[in-house]
Amino acid sequence: MSNIAGTKSSLTWAVHLSLAALVLLWLFPTVGLLVSSFRTSDQIASTGWWKAMVPSEQNLTLRTGGAEDQVQKEGGFVIEGNLFGEPGDAVISVWGTSSRAISDYQAGETAELKDDATLTVQSNGDYQMQSPEEFTGKRGQRIFVTARTPPEFTLRNYKYVLFDPSNREGMAKAFFNTLTVTIPATIIPILVAAFAAYALAWMDFPGRALLIAAVVGLLVVPLQLALIPLLKLHNEIGIGKGYLGAWLAHTGFGLPLAIYLLRNYMVGLPRDIIENAKVDGATDFQIFTKIILPLSFPALASFAIFQFLWTWNDLLVALVFLIDSTGDTTVMTKQIVELLGTRGGNWEILATSAFVSIAVPLGVFFAMQKYLVRGLLAGSVK
Amino acid sequence: MHPALQAIVTIIIGVGGCVGYFYFSNQFLDKVLFPARGPNAGRNITRANMIRPWLFLMPALLALGVYLAYPVVETLRLSLTERLPGGESQYVGLANYQQMFAEPKFWEAMRNNMMWLLVVPALSTVFGLLAAQLSDRVRWGNLAKSLIFMPMAISFVGAAVIWKLVYDARPVGQDQIGVLNALYMFFGGTEPKNWLTMIGPNNYLLMIVLVWIQTGFAMVILSAALRGIPEETVEAAIVDGANPFQVFFKIKVPQIMGTIVVVWTTITIVVLKVFDIVFAMTNGQWETQVLANYMYDKLFRANDWGVGSASAMIIMLLVSPILVWNVYNARKEMK
Repeated sequence: MSNIAGTKSSLTWAVHLSLAALVLLWLFPTVGLLVSSFRTSDQIASTGWWKAMVPSEQNLTLRTGGAEDQVQKEGGFVIEGNLFGEPGDAVISVWGTSSRAISDYQAGETAELKDDATLTVQSNGDYQMQSPEEFTGKRGQRIFVTARTPPEFTLRNYKYVLFDPSNREGMAKAFFNTLTVTIPATIIPILVAAFAAYALAWMDFPGRALLIAAVVGLLVVPLQLALIPLLKLHNEIGIGKGYLGAWLAHTGFGLPLAIYLLRNYMVGLPRDIIENAKVDGATDFQIFTKIILPLSFPALASFAIFQFLWTWNDLLVALVFLIDSTGDTTVMTKQIVELLGTRGGNWEILATSAFVSIAVPLGVFFAMQKYLVRGLLAGSVK
Repeated sequence: MHPALQAIVTIIIGVGGCVGYFYFSNQFLDKVLFPARGPNAGRNITRANMIRPWLFLMPALLALGVYLAYPVVETLRLSLTERLPGGESQYVGLANYQQMFAEPKFWEAMRNNMMWLLVVPALSTVFGLLAAQLSDRVRWGNLAKSLIFMPMAISFVGAAVIWKLVYDARPVGQDQIGVLNALYMFFGGTEPKNWLTMIGPNNYLLMIVLVWIQTGFAMVILSAALRGIPEETVEAAIVDGANPFQVFFKIKVPQIMGTIVVVWTTITIVVLKVFDIVFAMTNGQWETQVLANYMYDKLFRANDWGVGSASAMIIMLLVSPILVWNVYNARKEMK
């Protein structure tokens, strides 16, 4: 025992440190996406997101005003202005007038240009270009600057992805479509399953054990098997591709887990309550609605969260049963997969779109984690 | 009709229909078919109680039958037939399977799936066990658990985007924006790698995504199991002079072996169905094909229902041992 006391503190430290490392490792990728969704495309493309918190040094190519901006003063012509449009947070350290010498001058120094013109650039981006001759040429002088910009975050990506009506790849419609799929697909199986679970838990009839075994078996049947037969069936009975098909499919695929979870929970409810109610003359229907259903709330909540996460995050069922060739019913997961194909390099759009779709399940997750954990435990540890 | 309106109507019809069905069918049974009064009251009650379970079960049985049981049979039938022009189909025996077994892409998918089956459940369980054990011993353990558990709520597609950013590559000379390449360059790499197109490693990089998601699941279950271990066994071991590692590996792990197996098999099933990650990240290119994506390719890109169904049957075949084992355990428990 004596040596344990000595090693204990160092072991505790090791535990803290390794757990912290594990948590950071698990958090790091998601944080990267979150931070990226608040950065401009230039920022994302020029530096890693982990540098977003510290000022970044960027090499920019900017232009002075053109000939139409010039003013005639005594002794020549002057073009004045700010390279960034207006003085901002960026600080210019060095600059140059040719791409081969981008750091010839310090901020505040004056450069000699051709035809006796001079150019001064201040650190905040103000510039003054003077010449005895009249300036010609519309596009102004190119200036290469090295500027330090403080950390900057923007909501512009979210505005673009969610609220820009001209953005055909926007997420607003897909968001509502996802919601439209999810809510009925979560509610309906609960109800159907609850009645079945009650029958399997508290009613006696021949074949009950067999049915329970069948539910356990169906629990692991891959839904891949159901794709073509059901699509064929939906086409034959006239549902085709659409919301109704998706709702039905999600209901069917969610039922085994729902029945299994709810039955396991209901079996554990105290027998006395139910038998007393029966003695008092309550029918099964009354027992179910007045006693079992309210008492089973935790299990109902667990399954509701599972089914919600699963339908919200689903891609395969939406691809097969919902999205037709017009694409009007596209859901967020599908939209993101499309963006991955067409806008693979535009991380500001990808990151923002992905986060829009992740945000809701994450909210649900953190709000209802207790029920999720309970459901997981009931569903697998037996 | 606007989809949102349609959804509301569906909820009302769906919920109302269910409640109405259960209510009125019970009423019908008790009041009309077998009323509990008159000369046959006793017999009627018994009969009504024999039928009632089936009233409760019917909608669920119908949905399970149509959406899960029938497709298994139908897929088996489809895998033995060939579609003919004009909507007819023709029995072809095992020709679809033969055709599939002759395709290198199928064997690539099988090989990759086997690697997935070895790597993902193993790593998820190990990391989950590690996280469970570590977080049980510190005060901020619950916070740590909830952060490691968080990826469970993220869709496979969302996770694919998250990890694609990690694996991103920029041309030489530019700042790397993907963490993996940034680290690689920092530790002396000469030029950034396009990880996802590197045949060999790319498979493992896809597996990491699923490990990242499933570790939280393993952790939650194993953590509960660890808490369920009787204190006395641990205390007795410490009194006998066992060090913390011995306590963990010789006392705790053997006691939760059953749970570890459950976690392992549950993740195995997830792995067998893995589709979204591969679909979104590489779509099976650069030798990263897996069975579920191969099947999707056959069914909806090549429109070959025969071979597609045959590959679905292969997935079913791989799942079946777990299915049988689960059913066996469930039956044992009920006795």
